Amino acid sequence: MPPGESNRPERKRSKSSRTAWVLIAPFVVFYVLFLIYPAIQVVFLSLTNSDIAGQGRLIGLANYQELFSDQDFWAAVWHTVYFVILTVVPNAAVGFFLALLVLRLKRLRLLILSAFFLPYVLPVSVVTSTASWLLDANFGILNNLLGTNTAWFGDSTWAMPSVALVTIWWTVGFNMLLFIAGLQNIPNEYYEAAALDGANRFQRFLFVTCPLIWPVTALVLVLQLILQFKIFDQVYLLTLGGPSNSTMVVLLYMYREAFQQNRGGYAATVAIALVVIIVIVSLVQSRLLRLKPVR
Amino acid sequence: MKTDRFSVLGLVCTAVTLILAIAWLFPIYWMAATSVKSETDTIVNPPILFPWPPNFDAFIYVIQNSPFFRWYLNTVFTSVSVTFLCISFSLMCAYALSRLEFPGRRLLYAALLVGFMIPFATMAVPLFMFMTRLNFVNSFAGLIAPQVATPLAVIVFKQFFDEVPRDFRDAALIDGANDFKILFSIYLPLNWSITWAMSIVIFIGAWNNFFWPLIVTNSTPMLTVPVGMTQVQSAYGVAFAKICATGVLASIPTAAAYLLFQKKVTQGVMAAAGLK
Repeated sequence: MPPGESNRPERKRSKSSRTAWVLIAPFVVFYVLFLIYPAIQVVFLSLTNSDIAGQGRLIGLANYQELFSDQDFWAAVWHTVYFVILTVVPNAAVGFFLALLVLRLKRLRLLILSAFFLPYVLPVSVVTSTASWLLDANFGILNNLLGTNTAWFGDSTWAMPSVALVTIWWTVGFNMLLFIAGLQNIPNEYYEAAALDGANRFQRFLFVTCPLIWPVTALVLVLQLILQFKIFDQVYLLTLGGPSNSTMVVLLYMYREAFQQNRGGYAATVAIALVVIIVIVSLVQSRLLRLKPVR
Repeated sequence: MKTDRFSVLGLVCTAVTLILAIAWLFPIYWMAATSVKSETDTIVNPPILFPWPPNFDAFIYVIQNSPFFRWYLNTVFTSVSVTFLCISFSLMCAYALSRLEFPGRRLLYAALLVGFMIPFATMAVPLFMFMTRLNFVNSFAGLIAPQVATPLAVIVFKQFFDEVPRDFRDAALIDGANDFKILFSIYLPLNWSITWAMSIVIFIGAWNNFFWPLIVTNSTPMLTVPVGMTQVQSAYGVAFAKICATGVLASIPTAAAYLLFQKKVTQGVMAAAGLK
């Protein structure tokens, strides 16, 4: 809580809380109705056999039992993990690399920065339609350049890496921005002191930049991990889970169960499983990265 | 870091940077270039890198043969409403959290932090059922309401309000101002910069939102641009100029918002990630 809170004069306390209630009311009403309520509801729903209209009855933990033996669900978990592996560290690494390149520049820095960041502000459907045009099997410019005929999104080996590549192109600007901020926060004196001690450019990078940028790296990895586990849009638009379910990820599976199979209760169970997986993996990750609580 | 302007390594790095930047922009350029070609020119080999003179048939076709204009209005109305409601509600809530004592304050802040952690998509199914019961499916209320209920802006504004000296409020109270006046004539002007930055970031996010509009709308006249454009694209089949024309039209607002307010977007994105 903010400093100085305790020694503030306690005058007109009831009036103050009445004002406070009025100020928070609009937000809290929306928050309770459209976030808290559905968040609680998803737990109840997972204990029912509801359809997507919400009609159904309690069936206890039957959905969870089914989930554990549901091959398609576990396949979707694996595909999601595969996507996470393909994106989290590469996206952070490319972002770091681009940040180093951009920060070297004296002139044109802002222009080059915006070139790398611009894809991030585009709607996902623009990103995917551009990608399917560039990577089109017959007329795409990539196959034209490579002299190949690969159906990048229609081949079960290439589909997921292609979706990952598109994702990195689209979102790396965000990571780059965070790294740029982090690099600019490293005081110049550290570099000067290291240079006085005879450290060359590479040593300065290794012993000054790398350790001091670590907190930002950890932040980027944590944000990326949570974000990429929630992969849905790109897969929905590029492959719809295909070919032969090779890109069927957890949220797409949830979407299919809910809106195509009309199984609201089971879809809620899948959603809860995803939250549990994200929480577990994040905890393991922050142990591994030895994170201190953020600020 | 110091740069050696004349070193070979430095020149190589600069060259690599420029090449990468061009490569990064190329897909966007290629989308724009394809959109001003005739359909036959899109699939010739070798590809035409600089289509000149531009051919706007694809744009005319898209605008005449799909409700793109209607979708544009839907998306403008939705994202402006989301931005306005979310920012004003968040400012008020953040001010109360930062400056006022009231029962449930800690509980509210904890609930915001927890809500911040819950992925939106996991609530999609019960939220859709709730929308059905409220008759909000295929309505602006359905599109807008859940996007207003995001705790991000409250958390950011609270951090900024916490840094305003408390004396400002105490002095204004002695002068007879009430908390609404203090918020809108002292705290808001002092934090214009971050308010503006968060507004642009939330606007871009709302314009680009795909998942929620996909779920809560299914009638053609109520779609937003990001969802609607995919519908016309699948109807076009192999018609790359038209597909790219929809892409160009859909990108204009957010790309323009970024290019015009680049620094604000950067500031907002940083604040949203917890770095100031």
